[in-house]
Amino acid sequence: MDFPDDLKYTREHEWCRVKGKRATVGITEFAQDQLGDIVYLELPAVGDRVKKGEAFGVVESTKAVSELFAPVSGKVVEVNDPLADAPDTINEDPYEEGWMIQVEMDSPSDADGLMSAAAYAKFVEEEQE
Amino acid sequence: MAQRTPLYDVHVRSGARLVEFAGWEMPVQYAGILEEHEAVRRRAGLFDVSHMGEVAFRGPSALEALNRLFTNDIAKVADGQAQYGCLCRESGGIVDDVVVYRRSAQDLLVCVNAGNRQKDFEWLRDHAGPGVEVANESDDWAQLALQGPLAVQILQRVTPLNLSTLKPFRFSDGVAAGARCIVARTGYTGEDGFELFCRPDEASRLWDALIEAGKPEGLRPAGLGARDSLRLEVAYRLYGSDMDDDTTPLEAGLAWVVKLDKGDFVGREALVRQKAAGLPRKLVGFSLLDPGIPRHGFDVLRDGRKVGTVTSGTRSPSLKISIGLAYVPPALAAEGSTFAIDIRGRPAAAKVVKTPFYTRK
Repeated sequence: MDFPDDLKYTREHEWCRVKGKRATVGITEFAQDQLGDIVYLELPAVGDRVKKGEAFGVVESTKAVSELFAPVSGKVVEVNDPLADAPDTINEDPYEEGWMIQVEMDSPSDADGLMSAAAYAKFVEEEQE
Repeated sequence: MAQRTPLYDVHVRSGARLVEFAGWEMPVQYAGILEEHEAVRRRAGLFDVSHMGEVAFRGPSALEALNRLFTNDIAKVADGQAQYGCLCRESGGIVDDVVVYRRSAQDLLVCVNAGNRQKDFEWLRDHAGPGVEVANESDDWAQLALQGPLAVQILQRVTPLNLSTLKPFRFSDGVAAGARCIVARTGYTGEDGFELFCRPDEASRLWDALIEAGKPEGLRPAGLGARDSLRLEVAYRLYGSDMDDDTTPLEAGLAWVVKLDKGDFVGREALVRQKAAGLPRKLVGFSLLDPGIPRHGFDVLRDGRKVGTVTSGTRSPSLKISIGLAYVPPALAAEGSTFAIDIRGRPAAAKVVKTPFYTRK
């Protein structure tokens, strides 16, 4: 399974790509695989605030509903609107086309405590056992 | 420890994702629910439904005994026909919804839901009366469901039985891929198709032969995920979700399988009373007008107040809309009635629609 090195990861299976004060957020390949076919998505609007560790949206597959948890705190500055009509993009390309929101972080150090790709890969392995 | 069907190793080998369902370790999907759903609607899918139970009624009074425990009228069909109906308690509450296969008036097979195997067997045995032997044959039968518009041509390739003469809800003893089985033109998907009852030790050979025979048609193994979205699109009820011991067939919209004038049966009096008094609630099909997906257990709201409960819901893969079943007061049961579904605190508008949601072409 692919966990790109340039991303940071949460225990709830979100990823976060940090560039300066901006963090792009999505769910990992492991998460989309566990969910199965994603058929519905609820995301915040531009201007909404998200808080690290708290739910910012919902992703639903045919069978299951899962909350999305914010890896960082801040203000939503962009939302991947095309996902609303094509949520299966998240299954096909979770790290690029399947990104969900962009957050302007209150504090860029917010992402420091998140897992590296290697640490996340190990975490996933343990969780599967 | 969850039970395993005789096809467990086949599922593992096929890359299935296994989940626990009604005490069974079952494949929820192979390649993916949507792909499997579409395969069944357009081509064909093969399901392992060996978790379903079978209870046999045999003896001189078998038909009369079973008919006294069954809401439909098995005396009205011929030998070699199957009939859907309910087993009810005296209260009218549903013990289970079942399909009865009438081999003869002295030999009938009741196909019951996986989670109700023991409950149904005990209920039937304890209420059957004299002149009949009631046997729990659940472990003696494996069951494969081959469903979809191309199912008939796939199955015909592995059986000498003339399938063109086997009409819907008819069945016949036969041989498929060398395995002796009951071949029934029944199913739970809203498509044409077959359910094959065979010996457990022949199940994997039959499975492999069907998968091989169906390659040109694009036959896919299909799991419980697709089984659920397929059945919900045609508004087939699921025991344990849409109904239980505390709901009656009249409330569940199954009046068409309740024959109140056929003579006495267990639950009849209560159902006659309920029909006369009026139903307290009705199961209806609805579609969502706002974004979101309704799920089992969500509240139905009217003017902000809870008036009912969603029992099943999904995003319909065929129709691309959100659909569901819900118990609502009779005043809100007419087609076109509107109410809201409480989706995690957000009221989403919904409208009662005709069922089945999906009709095959």
